[in-house]
Amino acid sequence: MLGRLTFEAFLHEPSQNFAVLMMTLSGLAILGWITYLRKWKYLWDEWFTSVDPKRIGIMYIVVALLMFMKGFADALMMRLQQAFASGDVSGILSAGHFQEVFSAHGTTMIFFVGMGVVFGLMNLIVPLQIGARDVAFPFLNTVGFWLFAGAANLTVISLAIGHFSTAGWLAYAPLSGLEYNPGEGVDYWIWMVQIAGVGSTLSGINFLVTILKMRCPGMTFMKMPIFVWSALCSMVLVVFAFPILTATLVMLTMDRYLGMHFFTAGGGGNPMLYINLIWAWGHPEVYILILPAFGIFSEVVPTFSEKRLFGYTSMVWALILIAFLSFIVWLHHFFTMGASPLVNAFFAVMTMLIAIPTGVKIFNWLFTKFRGRVHFTSPMLWFFAFVLNFSVGGMTGILLSSPPVDFQVHNSLFLIAHFHGMVIGGLLFGFFAGFTYWFPKFTGFFLDEQLNRYAFWCWLTGFLLAFMPLYMLGFMGATRRLDHYEAATGWQPLFVIVAIGAVLILIGALIQFFGLFWSIRNRKKLWAGSDPWNGRTLEWAIPSPPPIYNFAIVPTVDQLDPLWAMKRGQLNLFNQPYEDIHLPKNTPIGLMIGFLSMTFGFAMTWHIYWLALLSFLAIIACIVIRCSGKDEHAIIPAAEVKKMEAAYKS
Amino acid sequence: MKMAQKPLGFMLISTAIIFLLFLVMQPLEVLHYRESLAVLFPKGLIGIEQRNLLLIIQALMLIVIIPVYILTFIFSWRYSAHHTDATYDPDLVDNKLAEFVWWGVPLVMTLIIGTLTWVKTYELDPYKPIASDKKPLTIQVVALQWKWLFIYPEEQVASLNFLQFPENTPLHFVITSDAPMNSFWIPDLGGQIYAMPQMKTELNLIANTTGDFRGSSANLSGEGFAGMHFIARSSSEEAYQKWIASAQAGYTLDAPTYTELAKPSQDNPVTLYHLGESSLFDQIIMKYMHPVKL
Repeated sequence: MLGRLTFEAFLHEPSQNFAVLMMTLSGLAILGWITYLRKWKYLWDEWFTSVDPKRIGIMYIVVALLMFMKGFADALMMRLQQAFASGDVSGILSAGHFQEVFSAHGTTMIFFVGMGVVFGLMNLIVPLQIGARDVAFPFLNTVGFWLFAGAANLTVISLAIGHFSTAGWLAYAPLSGLEYNPGEGVDYWIWMVQIAGVGSTLSGINFLVTILKMRCPGMTFMKMPIFVWSALCSMVLVVFAFPILTATLVMLTMDRYLGMHFFTAGGGGNPMLYINLIWAWGHPEVYILILPAFGIFSEVVPTFSEKRLFGYTSMVWALILIAFLSFIVWLHHFFTMGASPLVNAFFAVMTMLIAIPTGVKIFNWLFTKFRGRVHFTSPMLWFFAFVLNFSVGGMTGILLSSPPVDFQVHNSLFLIAHFHGMVIGGLLFGFFAGFTYWFPKFTGFFLDEQLNRYAFWCWLTGFLLAFMPLYMLGFMGATRRLDHYEAATGWQPLFVIVAIGAVLILIGALIQFFGLFWSIRNRKKLWAGSDPWNGRTLEWAIPSPPPIYNFAIVPTVDQLDPLWAMKRGQLNLFNQPYEDIHLPKNTPIGLMIGFLSMTFGFAMTWHIYWLALLSFLAIIACIVIRCSGKDEHAIIPAAEVKKMEAAYKS
Repeated sequence: MKMAQKPLGFMLISTAIIFLLFLVMQPLEVLHYRESLAVLFPKGLIGIEQRNLLLIIQALMLIVIIPVYILTFIFSWRYSAHHTDATYDPDLVDNKLAEFVWWGVPLVMTLIIGTLTWVKTYELDPYKPIASDKKPLTIQVVALQWKWLFIYPEEQVASLNFLQFPENTPLHFVITSDAPMNSFWIPDLGGQIYAMPQMKTELNLIANTTGDFRGSSANLSGEGFAGMHFIARSSSEEAYQKWIASAQAGYTLDAPTYTELAKPSQDNPVTLYHLGESSLFDQIIMKYMHPVKL
């Protein structure tokens, strides 16, 4: 009846039991609080069933921030373990638990935090920047989000029931095969990544088509805001790369469930094929995450320099080049596999080529400041830290891309320092900049600036303390993923510094969470109005928070930075009369599909086949019901729109 | 802008101080840890060549990075909104010459680093034998769960979690795994190569001095992975011969002993064997080639 699910699955080490208990209690407290406030109907009507990309964007970011707490707790546990576990001391975690923790850390941070903030900001900003009232496929959008949320929930469930994968965040075969990992951990990993991955593909298709087809009149490709360009390149990568992930996981699933031999050692399988395939997706994936961050900085820097972006055409071509090159460099993740020098040298040079467009972007940002009026608000502080850290990360990236050097630093902590420099220094700092910048747009009020600054200083120093010593540790031969090391290595002092850095980052993150609540409490005082930063792009031309239909009148543009043009009297954006607005109706089917997918994943993980079959059939039924529905749109009459706009203006 | 402005100088100076501290700290760290910085102060020819390449690329990169750092600080100061006397040109969006410069400079740097890398990738190909007047010593490496087995096919000995070799002698490692993928790495001597089940990889290294070097697995291979470190001892020819003799007097490693040894275990003590099954290494690889029993 319950497949392989037994009572043992609920038994864990004391530290984990405590975490599960706290998590359950706080979950119950939140549910109780919502019930006490009688907000369930509001949440259901306004949020859970919403197809409004603005609402979905906020939900993406909420899930991503919750998952960030979990991923960060994992990171802290790892760093504390490594600060102590030297010589005779075995530390707080067992080897198996430690391996679960780092596997969960990577999976959570990439799939649920990274992808979550990227899709969150795109949902919030892309339709506004292209002058659209909605996305191309609003239903697909909710399905994408709820698959993401369902998969995230599965990660949390795996904490309480059974064990997570111990095979690392990419689950290299054959370690992730049945022979070496017979437990439920890898299955949990497979299903949560598979579900989140399918969600990403759907969202990717949605945004690709939205950007291609839904731009307002007059917005040709070379008049799109640069953030939209970065989103476009990123979504092209999603659409091309994620199917590779899906296929690879299907093959791994067949190995594990049906005894096939795609990636097994022996039986004709080839584990190295898995490593090739997973990186054929994995390398584009890191650019899926970083390109939108580039886009954010390309919006933030001009706005706070009171200037237009320097070298727009260069920036666009740089994005396209990076997106293209990201597909032909995957082998640099395993130069050490023993390929011939010709193969290694080719991929090395392809990788180095990426430095050219990236360098161009850095110079263009710097020269956007040139002859501007630079305001050092917190988004600019994040940009400042980004340039300084990203340059170091880029330099070490070039070192890693040279095979003879890579042989000496591959899989060492040097590599860890490099990619955290890129992901934290690039994506996360970029998200913080974008979040602070656009926060007044989708809420109507500012984030508290002073608290943001305190958080910034904690993050910057914490980041440097937590990751600079890792370069040194890598040079000492310290490899990644060690739950324990000999005292004779002399690594411990550096690991202690690293742990201190992690604690400092924790303080920064806590200040940010506090700042978020503080700003919401004091929102009256922090009220921002529709265009607080003297914006250049369309999102600042409408009220904050935007009305459900975004644009009462669809704007017409004929140049870049249309809002600036309007402010200078060169352009009349809203020259059309009011009209009836068609908007999609809310639907609970996205949420249902997400929930059922989670059930399906859980059932498959524990081999509860009747439940898996039931969930699968229910998903099909949901799709059939949705497809046979006729009345999917609501109409807001022109007169009503006029009234609402007048209310906003007063 | 509605946001309150903080003194800009304070911000720039504190950032500069933080980064300078780290810049000063790194060389001090290097100095302090020079004994254990295997990658920067290696004890073998290959490692030294790789280190040199690392330093050259690093120096070339700094030619670009340092101006970026300086420009970041200068522009932040000069064009801050406080300085109302600075030129303000909001529509300065393009400059052909400037753009040529920063497409051109990274292109040239990349071409230089790329060419260098191309040449060095061939030169330092791990499969390439090291030129020497001494006969290379072949050592077969098998990654197990969770220990390393070193087989000396010509000397007909084997050793667990320890290997010894004479200094200044080319070492020809032939590597496989009877476990999930590992990576065979002795940073003091030079770069790593994966140890993969059903595959054979090669690695050529040499030790310029005598000494005990730490080696380890650099790729996650399961629960006991962190304990997969060993000592690689470079010694004089006599000491090496003595060690070989002691190994020949050790336990016998035949097929049943190996099967027992290959079972998962952690923290195994150093053990020396006399090789009872001379084709053991090939058998380990072939094990995965047999058809699966249905």
